[in-house]
Amino acid sequence: MTAAEQGAPAIMPPRPPPWRNPAVRGVIYQIVFVLAVLAVVAFFVNNTLVNLNRRNIATGFGFLSREAGFDIGEKLIPYTPADTYARAFLVGLTNTLHVAILGIVFATVLGTLMGLARLSSNWLVRKLAQVYVETFRNIPLLLQLFFWWGLLNKMAPGPRQAWQILPGVFVSNRGVAYPVPVGSPAYKWVVLAFVAGIALTVVARRWGIRRQAATGQPFRAEWVGLGLIVGLPVIAFFLAGAPLALDVPALQGFNFSGGSTMSPEFAALLIGLVVYTGTFIAEIVRAGILAVSWGQSEAAMALGLRSGQRMRLVVLPQALRVIIPPMTSQYLNLTKNSSLAVAIGFPDLVSVANTTLNQTGQALEGIAMIMAVYLFISLSIALAMNLYNRAVALVER
Amino acid sequence: MADIAQDIPVAAQAPPPRTTGMLGWLKANLFDGVTSTILTVACAALLAIAIPPVVRWALLDAIWHAPNGQACRGAGACWAFIGEKFRFILFGFFPVAETWRPVVVVGIFLLMIAAACNRRMWGRRLGILWLVGLMVVFALMRGGFAGMSRVETAMWSGLPLTLILAVVGMLLGFPLGVLLALGRRSKLPAVRAICVGYIELIRGVPLITLLFMASLMLPLFLPAGVTVDKLVRAQVAFVMFAGAYLAEVVRGGLQAIPKGQTEAADALGLSYVQRTWLIVLPQALSLVIPPLVNTFIGIFKDTALVIIISLFDLLTTAQTALADVNWQGFYVEAYVFVGVIYWSFCFFMSRYSQLLEREFNRGKRR
Repeated sequence: MTAAEQGAPAIMPPRPPPWRNPAVRGVIYQIVFVLAVLAVVAFFVNNTLVNLNRRNIATGFGFLSREAGFDIGEKLIPYTPADTYARAFLVGLTNTLHVAILGIVFATVLGTLMGLARLSSNWLVRKLAQVYVETFRNIPLLLQLFFWWGLLNKMAPGPRQAWQILPGVFVSNRGVAYPVPVGSPAYKWVVLAFVAGIALTVVARRWGIRRQAATGQPFRAEWVGLGLIVGLPVIAFFLAGAPLALDVPALQGFNFSGGSTMSPEFAALLIGLVVYTGTFIAEIVRAGILAVSWGQSEAAMALGLRSGQRMRLVVLPQALRVIIPPMTSQYLNLTKNSSLAVAIGFPDLVSVANTTLNQTGQALEGIAMIMAVYLFISLSIALAMNLYNRAVALVER
Repeated sequence: MADIAQDIPVAAQAPPPRTTGMLGWLKANLFDGVTSTILTVACAALLAIAIPPVVRWALLDAIWHAPNGQACRGAGACWAFIGEKFRFILFGFFPVAETWRPVVVVGIFLLMIAAACNRRMWGRRLGILWLVGLMVVFALMRGGFAGMSRVETAMWSGLPLTLILAVVGMLLGFPLGVLLALGRRSKLPAVRAICVGYIELIRGVPLITLLFMASLMLPLFLPAGVTVDKLVRAQVAFVMFAGAYLAEVVRGGLQAIPKGQTEAADALGLSYVQRTWLIVLPQALSLVIPPLVNTFIGIFKDTALVIIISLFDLLTTAQTALADVNWQGFYVEAYVFVGVIYWSFCFFMSRYSQLLEREFNRGKRR
């Protein structure tokens, strides 16, 4: 028995008062929230200014152009204690990037191998990979870094009794000494041949795909590519006279000369980061491959694809879609975790900044710079990975 | 035709050789083809090279009793070092006469974790139990009543400190994380922007910078004359850190709730708070319990970083024990001991999270 049924004129509901209007309320909530946040921030900023004033701490980034006065043990770019703080920061940043990039490459290789090993049909391989993952994933990274550092720096013998773990690779308390090829103009040609090989492979693959589409003739791009990418540099190497000389580290006096040397700190940090992050990457790779349903593999087999083709053409492209987002966050974690270098004395960005802020007392600026650098690295890796992720993402309708 | 349909008993044949029993298992799992055989032999060779020296070092040549470090140097491990430093590594500077207090504290933590793992306990009862448990923990650590001497937070060290940092960080970080996750999913742009900014800022920088900030800059942020305990400063950093990471986990759960649930709540005339508290959060949070456990494992491992601001957690006490002039150089022994403790906690929790995941997915499993 509503009013409309009785023929009474439809009554417009009264306009709700403003405080009942969701849009108005939303605006009010936001203003209140922003004001509250601003009040807290203002409280901190005000206190900070008062405190800085009281303690006579200078503010601003003027200290960057002053002379640093401390030396840095490891550097990729020239640096002396007479250089500025800004230069010291740059040295720290290059050290951070150096260990992060090497760490990402090695952790990806180790993690992928271990992830595949955990899916192996071989019981022993599977169990060994599982023991690796379960052991190193469940121990704090910092403890592992201390362990490797203690092993390399304190437990390793002096250079005279160095452990030779591989021919020409020596581990002693001075670090890891390893051979490097003697520089020769031949290597320029080898690198050029390598690049040419990659370019030719891309061209050949395009042509192969077009021919297969036109005639149905398959083209084994992987074998042609392997021949071009490996074969061309090898030919270039022999044409240039095959300079096989290696600069092998040799004991001279109390230390090794020749070859190249990794400091115990760098080696410990790299090993720790790779072994720890490798466990997470192994789990991601395993989960990604398991996420591709078995039906896909069965369908590939029904089409008569060989097991290599099945992996390359059907399983991996789908698994990568699952693998890439968590893999990105592991790369970011590795980069952020490289800041633990400060605990074992490797001069990364945080360690250099820490020395700087102890010397200048300008904690605020030092920490702001560290945060800015890491945020920049994080956001750029995230952006690059998102672009790649978009390229491989599933296209639906 | 009739004889064909008849049942003619045929003696059961033995299964094909090498498909069952011990030999069959070996063939299928270790020697299935050339590649598999090569891998098995290679792994076995690796184990044969690696295991004997480790066993000799850790057990056969190990020294179990020694009066000091000099007498303990040999080919093997020096477990006498652990025997000597056992109490210090676990409980640090806590007064020796009152060691029973941190022992009971660790016991309470273990009981609380055991209770939390029992799914019949989940609910309000568990919350009350944890609250009471934590209060008892703090009372026992602090002392100052009933004949227990007062122990300042600077003396709290070792395993109890690690557990307090991790558990309190998680418990206080959780409500913060839920609020941040709700804020990130809010329709109000200003709220969303601030929450996204906070989460990305904290997740984008290493925890170590947050700890630096808490130890160096928090005193600057507060009015003159106000001092904050070092432990509290570290705890604040852990809560902020845990909040940002938990927010992303909770957001995963919020995104998995179908829109129909909120629409139904709106149709019933529930307010935002009622809808969130009664409909959305119970479903979203129960979805994300396994990843919450994983986040807790991460936070537990990250407490080791407080060594950088010289709080004496389990790892720092081990480092301090290593600095004793009478017992120098037993790095591997100390790190293995502490590593086993961390490992047992993390391994147990990760197994538990896997178990939960399997149980929650029981309905989805084929």
